[in-house]
Amino acid sequence: MPLPAPPHEVTNAKLLDRREYLGVDEVSGPIVAIRNIHNVGYNELVEITDGRGKVRLGMTLEVSEGAAVAQVFEGTSGLTLEHTRVRFRGEPLAMPVSEELLGRAFDGLGRPIDGGPDPIGEERDVNGLPVNPTARAYPREFIQTGVSAIDGMNTLVRGQKLPIFSGSGLPHRQLVAQITRQSKIVGEDAPFAVVFAGMGIKHDEATFYLKSFEDSGAMERVIVFLSLADAPSVERLVTPRTALTVAEYLAFDLGMHVLTVLTDMTNYCEALREISTQRKEIPSRKGYPGYLYSDLASIYERAGMIRDKVGSITQVPVVSMPNDDISHPIPDLSGYITEGQIVLERDLAQRGIYPPIAGLPSLSRLMKDGIGEGMTREDHAHLASQLFAGYARVKEIRALASVIGEDELSPLDHQYLQFGDAFEQKFLKQDYEENRSIEQTLDLGWHVLSSLPREELHRITEEEIGKYYGK
Amino acid sequence: MNDRVVGDVKRVVGPVVEARRTTRVQMLELALVGEHRLVGEVVHIQGDSAWVQVYEDTTGLRPGAPISSYGRPLSVELGPGLVGSIYDGVQRPLDAIRLQMGDFISKGASMPALDRMRTWRFVPSVTPPCPVSAGMVIGTVKETELIQHKIMVPPNMSSELVEIAAEGEYHVTDTVARVRTIDGVLELPLFQTWPVRAPRPYTARLAHSTPLITGQRVIDTLLPVARGGVVVVPGGFGTGKTMVQHALAEWCDADLVVYIGCGERGNEMTEVLTDFPKLTDPRTGRSLMERTILIANTSNMPVAAREASIYTGITIAEYFRDMGMHVAVMADSTSRWAEALRELSGRMEEMPADEGFPAYLPTRLAEFYERAGSVRTLNGAEGSISTIGAVSPPGGDFSEPVTQHTKRFVRAFWALDKQLANARHYPAISWLDSYSEYVEDVSEWWSGKTNGEWYGLRTGLFSIMQQEARLQKVVKLVGADVLPDSQRLILEVASIFKNAFLQQSAFDKVDAFCVAEKQYLMLKTIVTLHNCAAESIKNGVTLEAIQKLPVMRDVMRMKYQYANDNAAGLRELLENIERSFHALAGATA
Repeated sequence: MPLPAPPHEVTNAKLLDRREYLGVDEVSGPIVAIRNIHNVGYNELVEITDGRGKVRLGMTLEVSEGAAVAQVFEGTSGLTLEHTRVRFRGEPLAMPVSEELLGRAFDGLGRPIDGGPDPIGEERDVNGLPVNPTARAYPREFIQTGVSAIDGMNTLVRGQKLPIFSGSGLPHRQLVAQITRQSKIVGEDAPFAVVFAGMGIKHDEATFYLKSFEDSGAMERVIVFLSLADAPSVERLVTPRTALTVAEYLAFDLGMHVLTVLTDMTNYCEALREISTQRKEIPSRKGYPGYLYSDLASIYERAGMIRDKVGSITQVPVVSMPNDDISHPIPDLSGYITEGQIVLERDLAQRGIYPPIAGLPSLSRLMKDGIGEGMTREDHAHLASQLFAGYARVKEIRALASVIGEDELSPLDHQYLQFGDAFEQKFLKQDYEENRSIEQTLDLGWHVLSSLPREELHRITEEEIGKYYGK
Repeated sequence: MNDRVVGDVKRVVGPVVEARRTTRVQMLELALVGEHRLVGEVVHIQGDSAWVQVYEDTTGLRPGAPISSYGRPLSVELGPGLVGSIYDGVQRPLDAIRLQMGDFISKGASMPALDRMRTWRFVPSVTPPCPVSAGMVIGTVKETELIQHKIMVPPNMSSELVEIAAEGEYHVTDTVARVRTIDGVLELPLFQTWPVRAPRPYTARLAHSTPLITGQRVIDTLLPVARGGVVVVPGGFGTGKTMVQHALAEWCDADLVVYIGCGERGNEMTEVLTDFPKLTDPRTGRSLMERTILIANTSNMPVAAREASIYTGITIAEYFRDMGMHVAVMADSTSRWAEALRELSGRMEEMPADEGFPAYLPTRLAEFYERAGSVRTLNGAEGSISTIGAVSPPGGDFSEPVTQHTKRFVRAFWALDKQLANARHYPAISWLDSYSEYVEDVSEWWSGKTNGEWYGLRTGLFSIMQQEARLQKVVKLVGADVLPDSQRLILEVASIFKNAFLQQSAFDKVDAFCVAEKQYLMLKTIVTLHNCAAESIKNGVTLEAIQKLPVMRDVMRMKYQYANDNAAGLRELLENIERSFHALAGATA
């Protein structure tokens, strides 16, 4: 599929009976203030027509008696105070949903960019509604991604939200593409779909993803929402919501298992900060608004499974850490909401290890319920725990060796260093095209663990050692 | 109850609404906003305008929409039917809402918190006429196998009982007693209501003396919390705050647990909902859900209701405390609550203090934590609330305002450590950064159970851990090999202590919960091992020879090897250690 051309103007003939106002009172960045109007609702859709008749969409951010403040998704360039016409649609932004959307590409607001017809279907509010916690089903179905570092140590389960914390120049694109291509439930052939939301990413990045979907032959199961780097930043604020609205329909109405890729959430947050600053709101850390956590939660929490329903939404958001700083507000708040994180590490990448998944800070919170006998293998939990403990020790010894020199280390320490190298070179490292089964991953884990003396394996039972150690 | 229009909407800014033309509004009064009658609370009054924080999504709300009120504050219903329930931040029953609205929560849901259709067997315990005082128990309802729900005269009401219902089945709204007060004869139903922001009264505060046994060794032995105590658990993401909270909710020896999921993940509440009914209380053998109440206001639910959720939770806890129960409240996470406060404050354009939080943050924190405590109730019973609040400091930095202010109002601090979590050492409570001021309070209780040895053993171990921390600094520079055996022994024992004692597997059947006696014996085992080994090294035995002793392996595995009821096994291990070292001494000599 060729990369779509930028969206052209759209006119909407619906709802012409709504009142239209001529002239706005203030334009500031992506924000427009309108006074002397009838009372309009909060969070509702606004159509803004500039002097040349081009229609843009916006949303009310604040309403008061006879006045409203709205953000304009397509930017405000070219708007004048006198000739701008404003129409309030009296409803929130909605996305038409249907099965026909599969295989299509849209912009952030849900308008086609692949030359196809406008989507038709039941219109759903893109903001969605919170799932009742009593209606959720606890995710515990193991997804095999074929990547050892994930399957073995940070297992992904169906309905989980597991972000990839990356940095500029790190291969998160390849990893996301590999996960989307290889993910499957062992021994199951249920209908699946991929919903891809690209926010503020570059054209060539988007091309890379589209090509990888095409190569995997699954393009007809993919829906793409793109608000690229040169699109107005405010559009990014709705892109994940439009995408998740469609994902919810596919999952909970049509019973599909939907993998949702949101990339890059950092660009989303930047857009949020931009709007917040324009509105002169009181900032919290690093100028991000105080409600960044709640806002991110309203996106991430749309992953999950629902009792008595077949489908699921698994989210793999990409969060790039500014300056590789995991304590930056965006990865930090994301980590508090998501169910774990896959952290990419520059040091590993520089040593040519792909995927450069950091051994220690990566975590899958839902792993414990998705692994073990009947799901993966009975030794999985202990094996993973031992690998973590061993690798933590390796890190300590390497730090020590850098001070006192390797020669001064004890023989046991040397064994740990060998284990560390084997772990990185054999277990972590794999090919972009390599799809390992869970058995292969676990056997490989035992293989590298066997370079340690068995007395060091405190977290593994005698029985498991007898069965797998040194095999 | 009748409501009246008190004003209309002037401005909508996210979850807060400015009202105009208001008449007779009271501070903290419950307000119903717009056609959907969204539940809200009056938080600021000025002239004829007021601010209302709305507990639901305000999308579509327009200026001019009416605001009405019942003229009473935001309150909770307290009566039979609370236990085992799951509520949102303003006590709407999520189960019933699901039946009414489906899988997603849409706005305008209105449901009584207590099931009106269900009947309960009421057993009167007093005979009229007799004087009754506030808080007095007039009857009981067996709510679950574990909870004997006492029906009490509401606080602030002293009177004479003129009539009481006979034993039988009653709805919560049925009158079960009539009392004569100065306002005339009042009818008391099975339930009462109480405003969430006002602490329920009690007679006196009591000193802390009994520990809240949590079954977690690092807590009970090293950093204990007393019944009625308050603890804060700060930790960056991934350090296991929620795991600690869940473990406590599962295993602590409270009579009732109120678990407040405040701005956290939906799946975590689901996990409690699916796991707890299947888990059994180790002390009673009954399902854990029979002593648990959940308040769930997940991160994607309306932010104002998140602010209210901790008050809803603690008020329910106080009600059960008043019956003479020991209640544990888990608030996960108070940072999300503080952020809700910050968001609402920002929307009302209040002047911010630290990091955008309002200047009244510490006051609110103090108000919340002070509602915990051990008390003599109005009816003379002893009850307590222990509060364990999680804090999620941004970037794991404990110097941020919520952690710092909370520290001022709590007496135990369980700092979660990133390094420990990275090595999957759980519970990742740092033994060096944390503290508990309850050690002295509970040491008498422990002494009684351990022949007076507890305090000494505990101090012994602490000193080993501190020596180890010092030695590690040297080891980082020169390696462990250059240290003499006596110092390497400290490292060895500290490592045993970390791996065999402090680390505890929440997923292991034997290890997940550790009774007090087993904790004591394990502690004694490690200290004995240290003493014997230190003695041997003095007599010329090498550390290597000690490391090769078969008992070392037994010690490493004792937490899995000996079940809670197998104290005899641990005592045997103790003797075995002494024998082994004796033999070693003999061999060397």
